[in-house]
Amino acid sequence: MMKSLFRPRTVPGKQVLDDHHALVASIERRGLLRGGLSLGALTMLTGCDVGRPEAVESALQSISSFNDGVQAFLFDPNKLAPTYPESMVLKPPTFNAYYDVADVKPIDGASWRLELAGLIADKKPWSGAQIATLPETDMIIRHVCVEGWDYIGQWSGVRLRTFLERVGADLKARYVVFQTADNYPSIIDMATALHPQTLLATKYAKEILPDLYGYPLRLRMATKLGYKNPKWITAIEVTNSYKPGYWEQKGFNFFGGI
Amino acid sequence: MSDAAIVDGDSIRLSRSRLRRLHPLPVRLMHWTNAVVMIVMITSGWGIYDDSVIIKGLHFSGTYRLGGWAPESLQWHFAGMWLLMLNGLAYLVYGFAVGRFRERLLPIRISDILHTIRDTLRLKFAHDDITIYNGVQKVLYIVAILAGVVQVVTGFAIWKPVQLSWLVSLFGGFQGARITHFAGMAILVGFLIVHVALALIVPRTIWAMLTGGPRLPKEQKP
Repeated sequence: MMKSLFRPRTVPGKQVLDDHHALVASIERRGLLRGGLSLGALTMLTGCDVGRPEAVESALQSISSFNDGVQAFLFDPNKLAPTYPESMVLKPPTFNAYYDVADVKPIDGASWRLELAGLIADKKPWSGAQIATLPETDMIIRHVCVEGWDYIGQWSGVRLRTFLERVGADLKARYVVFQTADNYPSIIDMATALHPQTLLATKYAKEILPDLYGYPLRLRMATKLGYKNPKWITAIEVTNSYKPGYWEQKGFNFFGGI
Repeated sequence: MSDAAIVDGDSIRLSRSRLRRLHPLPVRLMHWTNAVVMIVMITSGWGIYDDSVIIKGLHFSGTYRLGGWAPESLQWHFAGMWLLMLNGLAYLVYGFAVGRFRERLLPIRISDILHTIRDTLRLKFAHDDITIYNGVQKVLYIVAILAGVVQVVTGFAIWKPVQLSWLVSLFGGFQGARITHFAGMAILVGFLIVHVALALIVPRTIWAMLTGGPRLPKEQKP
């Protein structure tokens, strides 16, 4: 599904890309070479305030994109993440966001709607009550944060695959993009979106999702790092164009698979 | 003394072409590549570590971290890992294939280790002949090589705890693998300090790793 392992972060328009394909390719290769050469020199400067020269920046970014391809290759769509007994579930779960817990703005579930966009046949918005009528799946999985901490949580909700099938999404598209009430745009690959342990979660530990953890709807994937899971979702878009999410824009890896 | 024949002035009757260096070119290239990539991995690892510490109160100052903050450190770490693995793999294949490991690192005799420790405690460093490694040296090199292997294995485990869940369970779970990865780093840093300190005490060894060092007879029965 990844066309090029060295796919850049932001993809220019197709026409532009085709017109300048050879030039773009040669520039990227040179960047990687330059980056490789200066890598040794830069290590000697660890600690000095060197910033990061553009060539190093783009070389590292290229390798990160290459690693996206490697991770997509390592991802087994049929491999299930380990699950755990209920006795191990952490209550309440660990709070995490790019802002402080005090800054969470609760959502009014009654007026909330889930908007749909992109390569989806039926784009009519969904209310919480409508989503509650969909088949519910339960999973007790490990949350692994990119920082290194982890906990075991119990999540329930409809499988994203079931939902996407229900609304007639193009399951051959490359990405599923999420918008959230806390301005945390997120993007995942379609293979992971279709994994059986990828849920649009509405409950934690069998209770309605608390405000702090994404009420009324959040994404929970057993096969991705924590930062890939948006909370307080307001819109879902199915698309073929790459739109970096909140952390991807800051240099975190797109695939973020575990 | 073993038959790791050193070539002193008298015994050279062999033509130069039949001699090989203590550190052949591939070893030197792999050594310095590894030196750079190890520093990249250790210092970028410290940058990642700092967001969720394993030992309370233990932080690595920004001065010693590669990457201004976590995403940059992660990028370095996940770029460096390829070079570390490829270079490490080449080193292992080379070491076994040409018999360098067997020749340089074996046999290890307890008496030799005790002798070296006794001498070291008396601040007696016997380094007249840098072509022969003492018992402690051999043990340290083997520990460092094994620690490098452990770092790659535990690195994979914490990178892919779901896809490689069987590997994670070998280390008693995700945190077990993470702590082992941290311990491996600590061992390598410890090795690095001793290794660099001793090399500085006997600068001839640094020169040898740059230029190849003394010539050894081509054929050598370990």
